[in-house]
Order: sequence, then structure tokens, then C-alpha cells
Amino acid sequence: MIFEGLNEKFQNIFSQLKRKGKLNEKDIQAASREIKLALLEADVNFKVVKQFTKNISERAIGQEVMNSLTPGQQFIKIVNDEMTTLLGGEIERMDFIDGRRNVYMMVGLQGAGKTTTAGKVANLLRKEKKFKPLLVACDVYRPAAIKQLEILGEELNIDVYSEHDIKDPVGIAKRGLKKAEDGHYDLVIFDTAGRLQIDEALMEELVKIKETILPTEILLTVDAMTGQESVNVANEFNRLLDITGVILTKLDGDTRGGAALSITFTTGKSIKYIGTGEKLADIELFYPDRMASRILGMGDVLSFIDKA
Amino acid sequence: IKTKDTFKVKLENVMYMGSFDDDFFEELEETLILSDLGVETSMKITEQLRSKIKETRAKTKEEVMAYLKEIIADMVRIEQKPWTTPMIILMVGVNGVGKTTTIAKLASRYKAEGKKVMVAAADTFRAAATEQLEEWSKRVGVDIIKSTKGADPSSVVFDAIGAARARKTDILICDTAGRLHNKVNLMKELEKISRIVNREGEGFTIHNLMVLDATTGQNALNQAKVFHECVEISGIVLTKLDGTSKGGIAIAIIDEMQIPIEYVGIGEKQEDLIEFDPLKFVDLLFE
Ligand SMILES: Nc1nc2c(ncn2[C@@H]2O[C@H](COP(=O)(O)OP(=O)(O)OP(=O)(O)O)[C@@H](O)[C@H]2O)c(=O)[nH]1
Ligand SMILES: Nc1nc2c(ncn2[C@@H]2O[C@H](COP(=O)(O)OP(=O)(O)OP(=O)(O)O)[C@@H](O)[C@H]2O)c(=O)[nH]1
Ligand SMILES: [Mg+2]
Ligand SMILES: [Mg+2]
Repeated sequence: MIFEGLNEKFQNIFSQLKRKGKLNEKDIQAASREIKLALLEADVNFKVVKQFTKNISERAIGQEVMNSLTPGQQFIKIVNDEMTTLLGGEIERMDFIDGRRNVYMMVGLQGAGKTTTAGKVANLLRKEKKFKPLLVACDVYRPAAIKQLEILGEELNIDVYSEHDIKDPVGIAKRGLKKAEDGHYDLVIFDTAGRLQIDEALMEELVKIKETILPTEILLTVDAMTGQESVNVANEFNRLLDITGVILTKLDGDTRGGAALSITFTTGKSIKYIGTGEKLADIELFYPDRMASRILGMGDVLSFIDKA
Repeated sequence: IKTKDTFKVKLENVMYMGSFDDDFFEELEETLILSDLGVETSMKITEQLRSKIKETRAKTKEEVMAYLKEIIADMVRIEQKPWTTPMIILMVGVNGVGKTTTIAKLASRYKAEGKKVMVAAADTFRAAATEQLEEWSKRVGVDIIKSTKGADPSSVVFDAIGAARARKTDILICDTAGRLHNKVNLMKELEKISRIVNREGEGFTIHNLMVLDATTGQNALNQAKVFHECVEISGIVLTKLDGTSKGGIAIAIIDEMQIPIEYVGIGEKQEDLIEFDPLKFVDLLFE
């Protein structure tokens, strides 16, 4: 039953609601319950689900049901439209200014995909924007984290700044930036160690790195399979660092990825890229409409609606 | 969002009113869902508690809390496969959950118990995966069998089992590359590794441990099902429980698949591993 998504359940419920006219409260209540369950099964945070469906229900009451649709389908259409807007309402792509050095900082929980994504972003923007990138290894904690970034750099033929015997991430960041200035690199990406948002000492370290390198982008990397916790993670990283965007990784899995909605809903920050594999080419722009369909568990919401 | 106090506070309030009404059960269900148990398992637990209260006419907060904990603890208390040596442990799981780190923790624990431990670096795919395990093996002080990047992981495991036998190793722990369960080829590769372990590991107790990140949501159910079909999981290691995630999805998995949790990871250091304790785990849900 789980992961089936809305498709079948909805067909059943709404084949009964054939009445045309305006959406009434009863239609919406029935539909809203199913949407809630679907969103929870997709790992959208419970509180976000509540608020989101409440907003939508209020908006939906009294709306005309389009001729071709049943009330249920009309409601899904509203949900889908609203979710797409939320996910991409203020979609800002990376913000590049000619002649300015782009300084990016990767942050996030342990194992989210920061190091891999640092390599991916450097590679992508070198290709698309002809940047000369430098990767800086500020994870001094995880065994072989520096080596990992160095190997990625080697594979991509991208330079890496690292210090092997110095356990001072802030100092490394400072000298990494200096190297970027001296070497005329116009894109510098700082990899940082994974950390829990409740780890005060390590979060403070990120604040210090931020103050040292003055990043133009702070990218929170989040595993797309994250459950209810995504809200706490995003909120806390955002509160302390004022992140500029989110990268959602491991979307090549079969997760519905409700974390995407939770994060944008609570922080208002947009998802800029998605990771779609372990290889360094596996990165794509984020498309809100596709994500909405995925969260709702319908390969394509519009084709579902067309089945009216 | 603070999920921590709400339930306890609500429970107090409910107690003053002296009744366990729909609001109470709704609040309970919310608390469970917010801990990632999923809708189905959360509803199941809530229903069980509802009938228990009816049946026993429980009145006090303490009684109700005790019943609730009992219901969940019963769910997660599953018999474990015996840990007899010599033993081979195969660590599996999706990307970044903590397989390699858990190997270091297990190695350190067994070594402290006086066992002769060896690790095998059969993640030949991820950048610096071998170096990571090698660094750990040095810190912990155990032997490592490794190969070059891109080598066949099955052959690393094959060599490691040979070496473990020759050196009279008590416990061999094999790392594998993280893989998403929907990648058919990667799952086939894992099946092959497991086949080698079963074939070559005659005389060894074999444990296939699936590592699960406590932060993971409902997708973990899919993960567990597919991994279990592929290599027959004997137990789960639940990592990153030092965060604020409650790891509730593990309860749904246990309930559905009857696989026990063996260990819990509570940090990044080698000593940050504890044996799974159902009651403590349940306590954490309502903390
Ligand atoms: N399938 C898939 N795997 C990914 C993706 N992004 C990263 N990974 C894998 O996830 C695992 C963790 O990636 P890392 O880049 O090491 O993550 P990290 O955030 O740097 O980890 P820490 O430094 O330990 O906090 C590795 O096995 C990566 O290959 C993705 O988009 N899809
Ligand atoms: N806070 C915390 N972090 C952990 C725990 N276990 C592992 N980690 C961290 O999670 C990250 C990933 O751990 P790994 O052991 O590399 O994970 P993996 O499953 O081997 O990853 P891949 O081989 O890339 O699939 C590292 O930064 C670890 O330090 C834990 O119990 N708590
Ligand atoms: Mg890293
Ligand atoms: Mg590993």
C-alpha cells in the first residue's frame, strides 16, 4: 500500500464524486485526507502537511470545478499547482556576476553527499560557465575525507587545496581562499565535514568559516531520503548560516522525496540542483513540477487529470 | 519544530483531565509519525494502546505510558542470530549511511573483547573508500585486506576469507560500496558477493548486517525489502541516533519484516556504538 501513491486510491474515491459545479467542503474533506496520507508517506513533515493542506483546503472551497474534471481531480490540480509554486515560487538559479569570484560552501549532515556534490558542481560550472574552479578540503575529521576530494579533483582534472597535517578548518579555508586569489580561480568550492545541526561546537565552526570566506552561496546538501527530521535540519542550518540554497541528493533512488517540500515550505530557500547518481556527471537542475508529481506519487499529475 | 516535549506535556494535560480521549490518541499518532514510524505502524500502535486501555481500564499516566512502551518494545524485540565465532560480517546498505564507520566500531569492540579481527575493503568503487577503511584499521589496530580501485569486490572478499582462515581470524568484517536498492546491476553485484561469502565461508557464522541511517524516512522500508531479498539480512545497525532523529522507521521495518536491530550508532568515534536495548530505544521516542 505504501509508495503506491495517489493514483489508484484517487481514481476510486473520485469516481464517486462525479457531481459538477463548485468544490464543496465535503469533497475537500475526503480529498484532503487522502492527500495528507500520501504526503506523509512521501516523508513530508507532519506539521508541514497540516499547514499545507489547510491552506489549500481554504483556497479550494467554492472554486469552480472545470468541466472536464471531477471535484477530486480538480482538488488534486489545485494541490499540484500550489506545490509546484511552493517548490519553485522563487526559484533562483545560481547567481553569477561577471568578474566576481564565486565562493561556495557545502554544508550538511554526515553522509548527505557534500564532497561528491562539490566535485559535481565544480565540474558542471566549469563546463557551462567556463569557470576555473578550485576545491578546498576543510573536512579534517572524517578519515580520508581529504583524500576523497583529492581523488575527485584528480578524476576531474580540477585543482584541490588541502593541508594534511593541520586540523584547523578555518585556517585551511583562509589559505584556500588566498590560493584562489593568487591563482585567479573564479569558482572556489569549500567542502566541509558533515555535522549534526545540534552540535554547537561544529556549527560554530561553520559560522567561523563563513565569516572567513564570505561565500556567495551556502549550499545545504540534503539526502532526498530524509524523513521527518528534514525540517529541523534545514531550519537550524538556515538559522545559523542563512543558507542560499539547497541541493537534494540521491534522487536516483525510489524515494518520493517529500523532504523537498518540507524544506522549501519552512525555510523559503529554493532547491538549486539535484543529485541523480554517484558519478560526477549525475547532477541536474531542479524542476518544481517534476518534484511535485513525484511527491504526490503520480508519474505525471496532468496525465492523471486528463483521464477524467 | 519541537517534537520533544509536546507529547509528554500533552500526556500530563490529559491526565489532569482524567481521560484518554481522541485528542490524546491523535497526539500520540502525531508523535509517532513525527518519529518516522509511518502512518500504518503509528496507527497500529495507537489502536493497540486504545484497546489495552479499554481492557485494563488504565487510569494513570504511568500505567498508560508503561503499556505504550510495552507495546512498542514487544514489537522491536526480535530474536537475534547467535554471534558465534569464527564469524563473517557483511555490511550492506545504501550510500552514506555509516557502513564503513560501523565496521571500525565493531572491529574496535571485538578487539577489546580479545577477538582477532580482520576487515576487508570490498568497496572498490567510491573515491577513497579503501583509504578510509585503511585509516580506521590503523587506528583500531586490526588487519586489512584490500585491493585497487575498480577491482572486483567479490574477489576482495574471496581473498579476505582465505586470509581469515589462514590467520585463524575470529571475526572478518567486509565493507561493501553503498548502493541504492533500485539499481539492479549493483544489487546483482552484491548478490554475487554474498554468494562468495556463503560458499567460501563454510564453518563461519555469517551475519549480513544492513546499516540504516536513523534520519531516513519511509524509503527505508523499500531499502530493507530489496536488500533482504538480495542477501537475507540477519540484523540491522541503526546509525546516527545521536542526532534528534528517532529512527522510527526501524520499528516499521521490524514490524513488517521481523529483522532484529543489533547495534545502534551514536557518534562518529570508534567507541560510539551500543548494543540495541528495546526499552531504551522506546524511551527515546518519547523523550
Ligand atoms: N546514488 C547516489 N549516491 C550519491 C549521490 N550523491 C552522493 N552519493 C553517495 O553518497 C555517499 C556519501 O557521499 P559523500 O559525498 O561522501 O557525502 P558527504 O556529505 O561528503 O559525507 P561526510 O563528509 O561523511 O559528511 C557516497 O557513497 C556517494 O557516492 C547521488 O546523487 N546519488
Ligand atoms: N553522528 C553520527 N555520524 C555517523 C555515525 N555513523 C557514521 N557517521 C558519519 O556518517 C558519514 C558516513 O559514514 P560512512 O561510514 O562513510 O558511511 P558509508 O555507509 O560507508 O558510506 P558509503 O561507503 O559512501 O556508502 C561519516 O561522516 C561518518 O562519520 C553515527 O552513528 N553518528
Ligand atoms: Mg564529505
Ligand atoms: Mg563506506
